[in-house]
Formats: sequence, structure tokens, C-alpha cells
Amino acid sequence: MHLPISDKIELNILHQNSHQAEKNKVKFNNYNLLCLNIMSSPGAGKTRLLEITLEDLSKEFQSAVLEGDMTTNLDAARLEKLNIPVVPITTGRACHLDANMVSGGLKLLEKKINPNILDILLVENVGNLVCPAEFEIGEHFKVALLSITEGEDKPLKYPIMFREADLILITKVDLLPHLNFDINELKSNIASTNPKADVIEISSITKSGFDLWQKWISKKILKFKK
Amino acid sequence: MHEIDMTKCLILSMEEWAEKKNKEKIVVEKINLKIGEFTCVEPISLINTFNSAVLGSWLDSSEITIETIPFEGKCSKCNSSYFPKKENGYKSPCCNFNLEEIISGRELKIASINFKEK
Repeated sequence: MHLPISDKIELNILHQNSHQAEKNKVKFNNYNLLCLNIMSSPGAGKTRLLEITLEDLSKEFQSAVLEGDMTTNLDAARLEKLNIPVVPITTGRACHLDANMVSGGLKLLEKKINPNILDILLVENVGNLVCPAEFEIGEHFKVALLSITEGEDKPLKYPIMFREADLILITKVDLLPHLNFDINELKSNIASTNPKADVIEISSITKSGFDLWQKWISKKILKFKK
Repeated sequence: MHEIDMTKCLILSMEEWAEKKNKEKIVVEKINLKIGEFTCVEPISLINTFNSAVLGSWLDSSEITIETIPFEGKCSKCNSSYFPKKENGYKSPCCNFNLEEIISGRELKIASINFKEK
């Protein structure tokens, strides 16, 4: 046996995932397809958000969805009713989507439709405020949802998720009159964690804030396609 | 649970590294990681998951060491560095400014690998 050798490599542990995420992004760019990674805890309203958003968005843009779910295709089935291409990705034991899963989902999408005709790909991640934040999928922007029933402190408790997000949607704001919830405290906690993030308050019941959210998406798509 | 996927990525990176070294002719003794405090990784969970995952494999005798990298931010008002605290909303203690720039704490790295040639 020879003497011990130390090899300094300074390599990102997640570099395999990052490498695949880069490949996904190149594909999205070649298709001229904007990709959003939609993340939140379970029950914050991701699927309902997509249902309402896609109904309006499809008047102007061609959309598709990759739908991450640990065990079922229930959310994918809801979105398929909107007559847009939806690919379910069942993650099994994994509590987040990774770049390889999204690459697989994209291959299935390519069999359904020519992605060149699409403007936007919405990827609904698995409901979780921890893991999805660390695993890039090749997205152009990260959107995090936080429902007011989750509490004002969540940006401080799950800082990586909210730090990484480009846009934070505060959902279920129609419930504000019924809850002992301080939305200013939540906004202050968001600003503490990520002062650069855009923040929009929305309600899937009253549809308040959806105009701003749709404008945010449209602006991103048009800028991307320039 | 994400430590399982982190471990998977770590082992894949080790496989890739070993391919360049001629895997059959080396014994890995230590994998030295740098993990930032501002990541989703719990060091003990990562070590335990790794130890279970490599049982009976070519990495069975290897050991993980973890250097924790402190979470450090920079105050965008006065430029001084500080250690952000959750209790203080990550604000700078000097000027009470929100955390804009992170200097360190997001590291998830294999810093070095100690090995012997057979």
C-alpha cells in the first residue's frame, strides 16, 4: 500500500443534478420555452393556482405542465381537463423533483407535442418546503406559494425555499378576515429572508391578485422570447 | 429524506472521480465535505445515510468528514459582515438591514478526498 494522497477537488455535491439541470435549460432555451418551477408546502394551492392560471393564460400563450406527485396522478387528472398537455411525474419515495425526473418528463412531453409550439412550461413540484429548494431542474424562475393558513413565520423557518424564489405568491388571502393573521408580519419576514423577491397576494376564490400574477407571467414570457 | 438523494449525488460524483483514478487500484479513506449552515442538509443525517448506502460497496471503508461553513452575510448599508440569526429575521445587527448578500453558508461541496493506492 502506498502513502495516503489527498485530492482537492472542490466539487459541488449536487453537481450531477446541476449538470442535468443545465442540459434541461439548454433544451428549454432551444425550444424557446420559459420554464417555471412552482413550489410550496402541500395544500398551499399550487394545483388550483394552475387551473385558474392556465384557463386565462391559454387565451394568449401555449402552455404545458409537468406535474410532480409522490404517489398519485390526481393533480395531473385535474389539469388534463383544461385540454393542455400534462405529463405526470410520480416521484415515489422522493419528496422533490430533480433534474433527471424533469428530463424524463420532458421526453414524454416531446412524444405528446412538439415543444417548439409552446411558450411556457409550468412544473408543479412536490409539496414540500425543504428539498425542492436545493434541487435545480433547469427552470428559468422559481415561484414559491405560501398560504396564510401556514403562519407568518414560515419564511424564517424555511428560509432556503423563500430565499431561492424569484416570486412569492401569498395565497388564500380571502381568508384574512377569518384568521388571526398579520399579513404585514409575513411580508416583513419575506423581506428579511429575500428582499429581492417579487410578492403578490392572491385568492383562488375571489380571483384577487390573479391579474398581477398573469401580468408577471406574460412579462416574463415576452421578455424571454425577445 | 433529501439526504438520501444528496447521498446518491455524492456517490455518483465519487464514481465519476474514481473512474479517472482507476477505481480498482485505490482505497478511499476519507471524503471531506464542506457544508454551509444555510443549506437544507443535516450533517449527521448525511453521514448516517452515506454509511448505510455504501455498505458492501467500494466505498465501504471510507469515512465522511464534514466542515461546517458558517452562515455569513454582508450588510448592504455599511458593508460589514455579520452572522445572520433567524431570531433577528436575518437582519444586520449594525444597521438593522435585510439580508441581501450572502457571503458564505450555501456550500454543498466535496472539498477533498483522501485515498491510498493499493
